[in-house]
Amino acid sequence: MNPIKKFLFEVQAITNLLWRSIKGLSKSPRYFKEIVTQIDQIGVGSIGIVVLNGFFTGGVLILQAYPTLEYYGAQSNAGQGVATSLIRELGPVLTALMVAGRVGSAISAELGSMVVSQQIDAMRALGTSPVRKLVTPRIIALIVALPLLTISADMFGLIGGGLVAKQLHGLDPKVYIQSVRAGVQISDLIGGLIKPLTFGLIIALVSCYKGLSTTGGTVGVGRSTTNAVVLASINIIIADFFLSKILQSLFKSTMF
Amino acid sequence: MMLESAIDHEQAFSRINAERFGKRVVPAIEFRDVELAFDEQVILDKISFTIRRGETKIALGGSGSGKSTIIRLVLGLIKPDAGQILIDGEDICEFDDQELMRIRKKIGMVFQEGALFDSLSVYENVAYRLHEENVDEDEIEHEVVRMLQFVDLEDAIDKMPAELSGGMRRRVGIARALVGNPDIVLFDEPTAGLDPPTARTICELAIKLRDLEDVSSIFVTHEMNNLDWIASEYSVLDSQGNVHFVTEGDKLCLINTEVMMLRRGHIIFSGKDEQLRQTDDPYIARFLRGK
Ligand SMILES: Nc1ncnc2c1ncn2[C@@H]1O[C@H](COP(=O)(O)OP(=O)(O)OP(=O)(O)O)[C@@H](O)[C@H]1O
Ligand SMILES: [Mg+2]
Repeated sequence: MNPIKKFLFEVQAITNLLWRSIKGLSKSPRYFKEIVTQIDQIGVGSIGIVVLNGFFTGGVLILQAYPTLEYYGAQSNAGQGVATSLIRELGPVLTALMVAGRVGSAISAELGSMVVSQQIDAMRALGTSPVRKLVTPRIIALIVALPLLTISADMFGLIGGGLVAKQLHGLDPKVYIQSVRAGVQISDLIGGLIKPLTFGLIIALVSCYKGLSTTGGTVGVGRSTTNAVVLASINIIIADFFLSKILQSLFKSTMF
Repeated sequence: MMLESAIDHEQAFSRINAERFGKRVVPAIEFRDVELAFDEQVILDKISFTIRRGETKIALGGSGSGKSTIIRLVLGLIKPDAGQILIDGEDICEFDDQELMRIRKKIGMVFQEGALFDSLSVYENVAYRLHEENVDEDEIEHEVVRMLQFVDLEDAIDKMPAELSGGMRRRVGIARALVGNPDIVLFDEPTAGLDPPTARTICELAIKLRDLEDVSSIFVTHEMNNLDWIASEYSVLDSQGNVHFVTEGDKLCLINTEVMMLRRGHIIFSGKDEQLRQTDDPYIARFLRGK
């Protein structure tokens, strides 16, 4: 198959998977227990790395920006700088990339090895739809967990920024907090939640699709895992650009 | 057009027959001119056969001859390129997922490698189908214990699949397939790599299902002693309810077991095991004796 045909084929297959997993929701059995387990594994399991990631990102933002702000005498705006870049961009994107690496790879490896050891066939033979039992709960879990993880990353990023500003540059925390509150617009918060929702869907769909379409034994599992992470990450970055553009034109009036 | 109406007619006829004579006249499994190719490679070339209710079909054939593929077709896991596959008189080739699920409820499948769910315990594996159907937990437990006793594994009930040996995994796979008393059971090399007594137990199980439960089955195997046992022994219940295995004599010939042999996408032999042994086809002779 030539690359363009292959690309179109994959887009079609992924859209099909999305459609079937939505359809899976409309009929029982719905696997609530499975959804809860997945939220626990994906959400709770990722909180540590996501928080650490957010904390140091906030810290490094202040570290790099503070000297410039100081040069212009705008130190009191430091909080605003961290808040907008974290909530609009770095929080959602970095969190999604971390989760794509940790969870996307795990999902496609798990589903991939279920395919090569015939467990997916066994599941269908026993009268269960793998889409309904495996894909739908993972999509829901990621859509629920990623916004929450992103909020935690944002929070800890702001804390990290504040700590660095105080410890290294002696900025008064009150000034920092005030600047954060003044700088964050409601549109930033909305955008900061729409993005992780979309990214969660991307990670879930791509990694489930890659896992379920595994061929070629254990070597194939490794290949689909790598592909899932790469494809999900690229799509997150591309989707981020277009989402930012759309959000910008939607909230034009409140942008500066 | 003509052909289509002829087929319609035939299906209507078999439905009427089913009502009139009970289910026995409608074959449990029927393949009609089934064709399948992967990429350019032809795997099955106009395969036709029928398996009646209560009949066991022993499938022989070299590695890669398409035995597992036939079993996957019966379950609707893959679709043929052409031809019809009828389960209890219903053509499943055009069925959607929903209808296939209904068909699959009647079928138990023993996978070549066991295919147990790694993340579930032995208990949950065997109980899988009942859990999906929201059966009462007490009832499930009773049934799971009964099935595990059947395959002599009640001690392993709380183990995870990773802790089991290959033969134990296979037997758990058998227990899982038999839960819910399916009308059709598909065995894909259930005895490969097992010690002779365990292999014998599995064959006895297949014989009991055939003779005492009226189950239809496809039994794929490479082992000639499996063929001997299943094709020449039958089981009877005595007045105490114990099962005995009796070898057919010179006069009596089992009518509910047939052998088919596949090679390069064709059925090269179909009939009784006695006929198979008497054939002068050099390929079959070599297959039976290994030289
Ligand atoms: N998904 C697939 N894609 C391409 N070719 C396949 C696929 N599945 C099976 N085949 C081919 O189909 C043929 C039949 O395979 P099948 O698994 O049915 O053989 P088998 O008779 O069960 O062999 P064995 O005794 O080794 O289990 C093989 O030549 C195999 O290469
Ligand atoms: Mg096989």
